[in-house]
Amino acid sequence: MVPPKSQRLLIATLAIAALISAFSGRIDAYLLDVALGAGISIVLASSLNLINGFTGQFSLGHAGFMAVGAYASAMLTTTLAPKLMGQTELLQWVVFPLSLVAGGLLSALVGVAVGAPSLRLKGDYLAIVTLGFGEIIKVILQNLDAVGGARGLTGIHTHTSLFWVFGSAAVTVYVVWSLLNSTFGRGFVAVADDEVAAEAMGLNSTHYKITAFVVGSFFAGVAGGLYAHLKGYLNPSGFSFDKSIEIVVMVILGGMGRHSGVIVAAVLLTALTEVLRSFGNYRMIVYSVLLIILMLTRPQGLFIWPLKKRKST
Amino acid sequence: MPLHPKEPLLTDSTSSSLLFFALITGVFVLMGCRPEVPNSSTKMEPILIGFFGALTGNAAGLGQYTEMGATLAVEEINASGGVLGHPLELRREDNRSLAGESATIVKKLLSRDQVVAIVGDANSGRCLEAGPLCQAAGIPMISPAATLPQVTEIGDFIFRVCFTDPFQGKLMAEFARKNLSLKRIGFLVDATSPYSLGLADVFRDRFTAEGGLVIGEQRYNGGDKDFRAQLTALKADGVEAIFAPRYYHSGGLILRQARELALTFPMLGGDGWEAPELIDVGGSAADGAYFPVHFFAETPTPATRDFLDRFHRRFGKFPTGVSALAFDTLQMIGDALRRSNSIRPKSIRDELAVTRDFPGITGLITMDSHHNAQKSAVIVGVKAGSFQFVSVIEP
Amino acid sequence: MTEFLQQLLNGISLGAIYALIALGYTMVYGVLRFINFAHSDVFMIGSYVGWFALQRFQFQQPSFLGGITVLTLDMAVCALLGVLIEKLAYKPLRNRSTLTVLITAIGVSLLIQNLAQNQKFGFGPNPKAFPPLFPSKQLQFGDLTLSTNQLAVPIVTLGLLAILYWIVHCTRTGTAMRALSFNATAASLVGINNDRIISFTFALGSSLAGAGGVLYAMNYPSIDPLMGTMPGLKAFVAAVLGGIGNLPGAALGGVLIGLVETFVSGTRLSTFRDAIAFAILIAILLFRPAGLLGKLKVEKV
Repeated sequence: MVPPKSQRLLIATLAIAALISAFSGRIDAYLLDVALGAGISIVLASSLNLINGFTGQFSLGHAGFMAVGAYASAMLTTTLAPKLMGQTELLQWVVFPLSLVAGGLLSALVGVAVGAPSLRLKGDYLAIVTLGFGEIIKVILQNLDAVGGARGLTGIHTHTSLFWVFGSAAVTVYVVWSLLNSTFGRGFVAVADDEVAAEAMGLNSTHYKITAFVVGSFFAGVAGGLYAHLKGYLNPSGFSFDKSIEIVVMVILGGMGRHSGVIVAAVLLTALTEVLRSFGNYRMIVYSVLLIILMLTRPQGLFIWPLKKRKST
Repeated sequence: MPLHPKEPLLTDSTSSSLLFFALITGVFVLMGCRPEVPNSSTKMEPILIGFFGALTGNAAGLGQYTEMGATLAVEEINASGGVLGHPLELRREDNRSLAGESATIVKKLLSRDQVVAIVGDANSGRCLEAGPLCQAAGIPMISPAATLPQVTEIGDFIFRVCFTDPFQGKLMAEFARKNLSLKRIGFLVDATSPYSLGLADVFRDRFTAEGGLVIGEQRYNGGDKDFRAQLTALKADGVEAIFAPRYYHSGGLILRQARELALTFPMLGGDGWEAPELIDVGGSAADGAYFPVHFFAETPTPATRDFLDRFHRRFGKFPTGVSALAFDTLQMIGDALRRSNSIRPKSIRDELAVTRDFPGITGLITMDSHHNAQKSAVIVGVKAGSFQFVSVIEP
Repeated sequence: MTEFLQQLLNGISLGAIYALIALGYTMVYGVLRFINFAHSDVFMIGSYVGWFALQRFQFQQPSFLGGITVLTLDMAVCALLGVLIEKLAYKPLRNRSTLTVLITAIGVSLLIQNLAQNQKFGFGPNPKAFPPLFPSKQLQFGDLTLSTNQLAVPIVTLGLLAILYWIVHCTRTGTAMRALSFNATAASLVGINNDRIISFTFALGSSLAGAGGVLYAMNYPSIDPLMGTMPGLKAFVAAVLGGIGNLPGAALGGVLIGLVETFVSGTRLSTFRDAIAFAILIAILLFRPAGLLGKLKVEKV
């Protein structure tokens, strides 16, 4: 089902991530922050790609799922940390990854709650519903005093390292990729290409869409957890509609439904916003002009790799 | 909707994606392992001071007024020969008024520019984000106008030049209860603003302790422009005045809509109301507004008059409170540099901590043991379309 | 009871502005089937154009005639801006996927917002006070108060809705618009110049956004480059609520959203106001996906 080559690559990437992580003390803090941000973007964009690119739905609420994961995992580590006094190793290597998974699971749960009723909607309508849910999540967080409300959640330990970020990114890409290359996964593509035909062939399209939503929101939640433990501070206003748009742009520029293109776009866009800092107040003007020009000239995505001939079929 | 009909979705190239990403990680490592920029301070090399603020986005008005004050201070210090024989240089970074950006740009200021001190955002939330980084790096961060108490509780490297929310909330509550003899008050607070919520809490405690009653509490979301529903509800509650702490953006509109609903009683605000725009937007409705300010431009001291003129000559407009606070922040950093006779961040911090009676534009500044400036506040009121001195309250 | 009636008045005047913006959204969507994200920025530009016009003419006293002149001028400028955006950014993307156009629209929206915020090229980020447009008076009905400014919004909205309805349903251009909305290929086959009709739709929609911008600024006289975002989003929700592509539906949706927001704002739940507006939208879409007045289309195989 899954060629062993990809598994080997996964292990190799994890090993490289661990190796680099060991030397991350020598990387200056700013570059490290940008690299970690790029890695988190890869997780976000790849998981959104599963929803938007492969099943042909259109979600504008990815930041909302990210927020759920971020708050859940941050609450977990901040409440558990005092009980594990001094045991930083345990915190860093056991509690933190568990909190990421927990954040992802909660986010996936919200994904089911959002996805199940709304997936019979199509195109723009689904986009608006997901946008609405994203805003609702933000408003709820703003009013939840237990997680700091509008004041934000402070005092989160900064556990996020290159290993965890790029490890998660590798796992995300691997899971999305192998899901699509499984027998089950071919159904995603069928649903994206022609939903009516897929239904006629006996595929349950809702089932596929919900699976995509659940897996996508799980990894968005994981990305949120990584983000929380990178910034050390969370504020609901950071998970607005703009953030969702940012992720959508990565997916579209990368070429919807393309693994490598989306990864490169995630890294490039993160790097671009940093490079554009030297433009000062003109930064966002340059960014939006570039975005428009790219959409006009390369609407299919920045990177369309030359196709290799398939060995089989 | 076929998304990319020409090409099959799954190709062999997808398996190479993992390889890519190994490559990308590699690139980042290469970028990261560049040799560090040497930071030796030979003669006439500028001393770098970081500045992060909202230069664009929805709080950009406040951010740009802050930046102008800081810029003027740096230019004046350099015109008079700089500090310790070096000119000062301000490294500016913009967080677009968004959460999550300040952490990145402060890391940039700390690791790339190797600044010796950082002037913080005027907004408390964004200082909470950046503060722990400065504390961990051992670089002093001074916010000109973050009034939330938690900001300086981050650690001993974090300072503020303004008074705090507990101070201004308390003094406004006492002013409302004693000077205006109010008994029943209503709140109109921004639920997305730590500043607004924090001030309301302090006000409530003090006002009820003084025998007053808070009988209505209405909330809105940052960026809202329609407050008629909340004001109508407060009117129905029968309040005698409204406390609505937030920036002048919403302040002017709240004043105007309150008067349109025939609410003619006093309206109280926080230091965020101080800007000419309050009266521009509020018009005649702004009469009867009271709020505390960090310095009062109409106070006839030669120093403030002169500051107003210099600022106007440089930028073509008059400064607001945050401009004056940012100006004082930079002057205080200069003063701390001179006294410590070194650019070691630790000694700058030590000198900042013992600042006593520093003659700033916004008054005499003394740092208390919690690194908050102990300063007097002036309560101003609006009468016939202009700000009027009402009273001065000592710390 | 007084409070209830007062809130009703507040809600209708707020809703009328949403309705005005929603009309523009719904028209463009009806013809082109895409969400014109830049619509809310045309709305913002509309209020700045009004501001500049009022500064330029320096009326001694706000007069009724002067106000109408500024409003008309403003609608004309915004119509031009709308056509310009359509020609430069959207026309080259005709026949592309909806998502491509959507992202371009987001890009255009970002560009306008950031240009407007720029001190050199735009208006600067600080809010500006909007001078009085019409002579205003405070009306008093017992305990109820209402300003003439508030009253003007529903009246102008109703008037523009009537004109719009007439254009769409009683003129040749309007018939062409409807034909285009049913089937673009068939429309061009019967000799309709699709490009011209699309430009006209943009001009019409943007002029409504311009009128909305001026009326909004008149009621909430503090204008800034990001002022369009929230009203734009709400208006879009209103358009979907009423049934996107349906003119009276958009107006109804706008007023409903305005009323819901006002009544929620007056209670303890005020901070959940945005969430409740979206929750209603979601409920409508789930139980009546075509909106209140829209007709459901069955997908043909």
